[in-house]
Amino acid sequence: MESLKVLVVDDELGMRQAMARTLERFTITFPDMEGDFSFLPVQAESGERALELLTAERPDILLLDHKLPGMSGLDVLNQMREQGNQTLTVMVTAYASLETAIIATKRGAYDFLAKPFTPEELKTAIRKATKHLLLARQARRLAEEKRQVRFQFISVLAHELKAPLGAVEGFLNILRDPSMVSDAETHAHMVDRALIRLGGMRKLIIDLLDLTRIESGQKQRELLPTDLVEVAKAAIESAMPDADPRKIQIALEAPSTLVANVDRAEMEIVFNNLVSNAVKYNRDAGHVLVHLALENGVVTIAVKDTGIGLTPEEASRLFKEFTRIKNEKTRTILGSGLGLSIVKKIASMYAGDASVSSVANEGSTFTVVLKPAVAALSARPS
Amino acid sequence: MTNSVQKPHPEASQKLILVVDDDPDFVMQTRFQLERAGYRVETADGRGSAEKALDTIKPDVAVLDLMMEDMDAGFILSRFLRKRLPGMPIIMVSAVTADTGLDFNWQNQDGRSWTNADVILTKPIRFEQLKREIERLTAV
Repeated sequence: MESLKVLVVDDELGMRQAMARTLERFTITFPDMEGDFSFLPVQAESGERALELLTAERPDILLLDHKLPGMSGLDVLNQMREQGNQTLTVMVTAYASLETAIIATKRGAYDFLAKPFTPEELKTAIRKATKHLLLARQARRLAEEKRQVRFQFISVLAHELKAPLGAVEGFLNILRDPSMVSDAETHAHMVDRALIRLGGMRKLIIDLLDLTRIESGQKQRELLPTDLVEVAKAAIESAMPDADPRKIQIALEAPSTLVANVDRAEMEIVFNNLVSNAVKYNRDAGHVLVHLALENGVVTIAVKDTGIGLTPEEASRLFKEFTRIKNEKTRTILGSGLGLSIVKKIASMYAGDASVSSVANEGSTFTVVLKPAVAALSARPS
Repeated sequence: MTNSVQKPHPEASQKLILVVDDDPDFVMQTRFQLERAGYRVETADGRGSAEKALDTIKPDVAVLDLMMEDMDAGFILSRFLRKRLPGMPIIMVSAVTADTGLDFNWQNQDGRSWTNADVILTKPIRFEQLKREIERLTAV
């Protein structure tokens, strides 16, 4: 159980002690927020003393009487604001006028308790303040976690960008000395590798921009009737230059049209990622099957390869940012490490999901399920 | 995967350098330049293959990348190498610097002994510097 310090400020000794006694015996439990609280009252008889104790005791909650002999409660609030002290304050006053309440709130008080009040009313005010405190704490923690995740993302991103940059620099350093590489074949190979690494870097930057646009929500989404079969065909077409030299066959299994209310650019990202992965991670002379179906308002996109497959542990990490499965079989394959996390984000925007099933050394099937607005859905059998 | 370059010269005082990195281009560049400088080179693309390579070779110096298949693969490998070949100098190479949030205090002795490295170089490395460090560490 956590103990919260409550500074009770009232010039009447009897009043102060009564409030302190009530608080000492009071506990609160928030079962759904994992919070158990007891209270430790600290007492002050004047506004001046209250300001001292705010610094010395750092209370969690301030119960502040408005009518005090020297400084008034509102004066205390003013001082606190000047000092940047944001202690959660419940204003206590006999003059339960709307006007005082408004002024107190303007000066930073969180809540208001009108004298005379019953112990139950005090407890209710304290419960409300405690809950607010707990929520504010959770919000702070979430914001901190978010900052951490962001920082980690940028750290990994910097590393992922520096690797190809270093490789290209390395090749250029070798190539700039004409005496270093005498045979044309090695020379050409080094130039090719440098270009390939630059291409990988460009892909990373494009993926990164896609991801940022999707996450920021700033990209204008245009949900228009779009034929997914057409998008699939275009993705297959653009994968051909990589598939052909390796004798990889790509087949499409789909109705003649499948029209859904989707953002075309998003669907292009999904299909391009899935099809190009299926080619990249395939074996030579392997097969890719792109399957597209509409059933009960659900669009299923499944891309099956005959590639290197994944272990269950690898599969579970796959959709996270910058997860590239690194092993002997993938080390020469370039990827941004962002593609699948983008696919998953897009799927979630259509109340859908992305998943993988895989058998190591036999192949994987990546499945994206979308539930687009039903109105414009239609499929014509082929 | 390890590739043996050539059989050791019978009369060779040629030193054998083990280069371990999961970036095939870095491995290729380092091999190319070290061989040109007269070293024999053995390469591995990760912790596992480097450990296996030690069954058949006994390098004079190891050049290791810090982050390979896992964040700490280089650390674990360097510890393994220290145990297996206590006298062999280890050069750790990494693109990781303090600005990415990871700081190993490589400037001081504590950091170096913790990483089990004799020298730490930051990528992109200058080959001249790598060569100088290898010469220094293998000088009798």
